[in-house]
Amino acid sequence: MKTLHKFHGGIHPPTHKTESTRTPIARLPMPAKLVIPFHQHVGNIAKPLVQVGDYVLKGQLIGLPEDGISSAIHASTSGTISEIGMQVVAHASGLPDLCATLIPDGKDEWIARETTDYRSATPEQVRKVLRMAGVVGLGGAVFPSDLKLRIGKHAIKTLVINGAECEPYITCDDMLMRERAEEIIKGAEIMRWALAAEEILIGIEDNKPEAILAMQIATRASSDNIQIIAVPTLYPGGGAKQLIRVLTGIEVAAGVRSTDKGVQCFNVATAQSIYRALQFGEPLVARIVTVTGNVKNAQNLEVLIGTPVGDLLSFAGALPDTDSSIMGGPMMGLPLPNSEVSIVKAANCIIASSPKLFPAAPPAMPCIRCTRCAEVCPAELQPQDLYWFAKAKDFGKAQEFNLFDCIECGACSYVCPSSIPLVQYYRFAKSEIWARESEKNASDAARERFEFREYRTEREKIEKAEKLAAKEKAAAAAKVEAAKTAAAQPIANAAVSAPQDDAQAKIQAAIEHAKQQAAAAKPKNTEQLTPQQQATIADIEARRARIQELAASDVAAPKE
Amino acid sequence: MLSALLVMSGIAILLGAVLGFAAIKFRVEGNPLVDKIDAILPQTQCGQCGFPGCMPYATALAADEADINRCPPGGEEGIHKLAELLNKEFIPFGGDTNAPKPKSLAFIDENTCIGCTLCIQACPVDAIVGAAKQMHTIVQAECTGCELCLAPCPVDCISMVVIEEKITNWKWKYPVYALTPA
Repeated sequence: MKTLHKFHGGIHPPTHKTESTRTPIARLPMPAKLVIPFHQHVGNIAKPLVQVGDYVLKGQLIGLPEDGISSAIHASTSGTISEIGMQVVAHASGLPDLCATLIPDGKDEWIARETTDYRSATPEQVRKVLRMAGVVGLGGAVFPSDLKLRIGKHAIKTLVINGAECEPYITCDDMLMRERAEEIIKGAEIMRWALAAEEILIGIEDNKPEAILAMQIATRASSDNIQIIAVPTLYPGGGAKQLIRVLTGIEVAAGVRSTDKGVQCFNVATAQSIYRALQFGEPLVARIVTVTGNVKNAQNLEVLIGTPVGDLLSFAGALPDTDSSIMGGPMMGLPLPNSEVSIVKAANCIIASSPKLFPAAPPAMPCIRCTRCAEVCPAELQPQDLYWFAKAKDFGKAQEFNLFDCIECGACSYVCPSSIPLVQYYRFAKSEIWARESEKNASDAARERFEFREYRTEREKIEKAEKLAAKEKAAAAAKVEAAKTAAAQPIANAAVSAPQDDAQAKIQAAIEHAKQQAAAAKPKNTEQLTPQQQATIADIEARRARIQELAASDVAAPKE
Repeated sequence: MLSALLVMSGIAILLGAVLGFAAIKFRVEGNPLVDKIDAILPQTQCGQCGFPGCMPYATALAADEADINRCPPGGEEGIHKLAELLNKEFIPFGGDTNAPKPKSLAFIDENTCIGCTLCIQACPVDAIVGAAKQMHTIVQAECTGCELCLAPCPVDCISMVVIEEKITNWKWKYPVYALTPA
């Protein structure tokens, strides 16, 4: 038995997990339409590859990953692309983003898939397959998995697979572990191979005994050095840093990555999708979503990416007093702008919400400095101070107090006796700081460009002056030479006006010369043209002549 | 007595030499205050302050020859920062300075552009691409929204487009909630 460690703070909110684990994972019937956003991952938006009217097969690439941090987007089923445009997506802003609307043809026909045997491939090839399969972290962060499988400066010793699923209501990972444990283990082994890690630690909270059992059975068939570890149920024990702390005792300090300490962490569903991507060539086109809350039959569904949230709610039988829905859990989830938005890769849970289930928070009262938030903060911050600085918009101070270590778990708001929306203040402060940083970078770039322009203008001026000086010098030298020859020869009848006449003649000659040149000049690219090209040119010339004629008649017309 | 005097004056000369050397060796180039002010200014180089660029305005501010409320792109926050740095009272925008506008980028209507290059010459950050008798366009990533290209354009084909809120530049709002008790 492994000795477990503790992280600071944590809370015990009511879990509400049993409601949605009574039935096995069901498949949602094919929706009437799918709205697939092109930006479902951290990083750059995928570049659309399809056009309106295109027929696509299930698993066909429709969005190409662009530069560095990005991931691919696929058609979730076979059908026709009916629209590509801005639609409201599951995002805290409620703003629209670029989406493809897919009308399924009901055949659900797969594109040709091929198996990649990772043992005979290089890690680089495996990462490429995963990137093109659109595999991202399914725990909620949606960071491209291929980038996390890159071995950096530090060797990875421990691979942590996160099956903690600490947030109330959510059970999608629980059900996945119960039903598809083998695929998770196989995925974890692929990751261990890619990272050249020694051991795999799979942390599961002890309120999921069925999942722990299923995973233990699955590991029996597997190679050694995989441990299934039951961790105490404590929110937010499923946070990456928290789980790493509990399992290994390693504290990942501010500004340090877990990989620097030789630990990398993945979600169980990510492990499963990595396995499917390599073994079956299946890109990430579906995921398990918990539908729970104010519904008749809370359950887990296998849902195609792009399915409207409303379809899930009506399938699970949302009760009549449902007024809104939440994507994610009640602690960290985001309220959805409407039920038309679609399921994305980050959507692990949809909670139907009603005023009875989640009553509006009582009005916020002043902070009484009880420091209960500091007691429960898993990142060991001083939430009351951060609140103070964020409220006063003293962002520098907030950063000094390690605002960016906040994982926005909401434990502080949960225990706050004054019901202050603390996390909202931290999010506000974080995004203000980010905006300022990018503004600062932009202004620094502008300064640099401006200064270079000044330098360039100055340099050009000097160069011009130098050229002029050189010319004048040459002219003066020529004059001296001319004077010398003139002195040597018998004095001709040099009229006073001669130099001027001379200059005039020169200008005239230059104009003549330019005219001749212009007449002689021929377009250089007209030689060796095919008859077809010549015909096109003739066509254009004819059109041009007609336009000129028209223009002339237009000008002439008013005169009449 | 004499030896004490000698020792004291010796130490004085030595320390003086060290200080003198340090003053030359660690001499600060330029005026550090001007750089600090320049770091606060938004670097649009728009000249709305009445000075030909941000640096000249910063120099004027450092010499106490200009008011701190002459930079509209910096916004009220910029005035606050300048007030803090220069130990002055905050003054709002007003008088002959323009009020701040929402951040925008220049946009060239490419159907109207005649390729005269006048805007290219006016752009302080080289954010316009084009050549004589060739269509010009703005490099959005480099445009500071200074509006200096608007005036020289002979065919008025440049307009300022306000940067709209998108998912990529969206910010969490300051939490606002009702104060009335339930």
